[in-house]
Amino acid sequence: MLKLPIYLDNNATTPMDPRVLETMTPFFLEHFGNAASRNHAFGWEAEGAVDMAREQVAKLIGADAKEIIFTSGATEADNLAIKGVFEMYASKGNHIITVTTEHKAVLDTCKHLEKLGAEITYLSVNSEGLIDLQELEAAMKPTTILVAVMYANNETGTIQPVKEISAIAKKHGALFFTDATQAVGKIPVNVLQDGIDIMAFSAHKMYGPKGIGALYVRRKNPRVKVTAQIDGGGHERGMRSGTLNVPGIVGFGKACELCRLEMEEEIKRISKLRDKLETELLKLEEAYVNGSRQQRLPHVSNISFKYVEGEGLMMGFNKNIALSSGSACTSASLEPSYVLKALGLGDDLAHSSLRFGLGRFTTEEQIDYTIKAISDTVLKLREMSPLWEMYKEGIDLNTIEWAHH
Amino acid sequence: MAYSEKVIDHYQNPKNVGTLDKNQKNVGTGLVGAPECGDVMRLQIEVNADGMITDAKFKTFGCGSAIASSSLATEWLKGKSVDQALKIDNMDIVEELNLPPVKIHCSVLAEDAIKAAINDYRTKNGMEAIQFDESVVH
Repeated sequence: MLKLPIYLDNNATTPMDPRVLETMTPFFLEHFGNAASRNHAFGWEAEGAVDMAREQVAKLIGADAKEIIFTSGATEADNLAIKGVFEMYASKGNHIITVTTEHKAVLDTCKHLEKLGAEITYLSVNSEGLIDLQELEAAMKPTTILVAVMYANNETGTIQPVKEISAIAKKHGALFFTDATQAVGKIPVNVLQDGIDIMAFSAHKMYGPKGIGALYVRRKNPRVKVTAQIDGGGHERGMRSGTLNVPGIVGFGKACELCRLEMEEEIKRISKLRDKLETELLKLEEAYVNGSRQQRLPHVSNISFKYVEGEGLMMGFNKNIALSSGSACTSASLEPSYVLKALGLGDDLAHSSLRFGLGRFTTEEQIDYTIKAISDTVLKLREMSPLWEMYKEGIDLNTIEWAHH
Repeated sequence: MAYSEKVIDHYQNPKNVGTLDKNQKNVGTGLVGAPECGDVMRLQIEVNADGMITDAKFKTFGCGSAIASSSLATEWLKGKSVDQALKIDNMDIVEELNLPPVKIHCSVLAEDAIKAAINDYRTKNGMEAIQFDESVVH
């Protein structure tokens, strides 16, 4: 029997793998020590567990354990990376390059720094969501201290050419930071091969617990430093003070290990399911995939169903299927997704989009159900849509003088 | 956000979905909203010689509340005189459907669509269009 509701919003968060929870439990109950307690067994146990987890996390991304700074999540890691570099390298320059499709944790941090004297260049993306490397190169200045480009986009799954980006940053003496929250654990990410200097990621996007994330900070070639944003006991090599979330860290470590061991098989399984979903849904008329279909995460698909509105569409099945829409009909501004708009989508198409995020626990049966539920709802709503009727009558919607609200 | 039972019911069983012949003199059509705003509502009324609304149809591109607001509006329009129809207030729709504050916009759209349909009917039949005050909530 198919169990409802079906969860297809894994880009927002993932359920925890039971194997992860199992490793965490003892660190709430028996081994509850403070990892900073250096003079008794409870502290040593906790410290030992953190050391092991740090190794597991580092191994997943090809880093050294000493290069992992634990944070409360990717948002904090993004903040620490960008603000930390801005403060640490102020004598070198104040210019940061980023992209319009970044997560708000990066964009809002950059906006904050602008008020403090930073000069920020926001690169645009093409219709596939990819940046133009020549544009990046042209934007580099002697004062550029940081290039911040996300590894893979949270809405479309589009993967940026990180190797090329890091090479350009290096050539101009700038550091390369990437928010890899959606990518780590899903596809092979290797900080050495990719030339990443600083990288943010989070456990709850890879079947680990919420409230724990990490910042990778390179220690060699070059040795990177960030100014702490939280002061206190000097934990995490002085870069992030605060008592370590030992159970969270242990869970994060286990989650990383599982991703590393199972990734290859999982990519095959999940991309097959995603492709089935996409192929079937694209059989509907006027349905389009947003973002690159080649350079993309294996579990993500963002589709616009023209002439139906995303929220109205979701209402047709949101009791049984959980996913996300690029429409923001609930907000006062009615603004659709800025990421989709940055790809050049009109507001109408952005309002008509659904984001599918498949995960480790997604089954083929669930995908079959989803295909049918969405297809049926799209067809039903199109019958109810004045835009669909006009389209079918051959009326060019651009010629209509709309009453803007 | 949880939808009210009535919104869900109108969404699942919308009343009076369809199209009336906009070229007929006794049909008034109101098309409001814009695709880029995420909602477009088309309300149509058919009026008899006595000024009574004998039929109403809608088609809506939008969220569940927009669909429910327009479905409810067509139900209310049928059987009313044009003058009575003019008195339908968006807040009546909000109340009936129990719309949350962020969805009041949908009810305003429905009220505007009613007014637009009536004015279309009026101008087609040699009457002057009524000047409405700009709705407050948009």
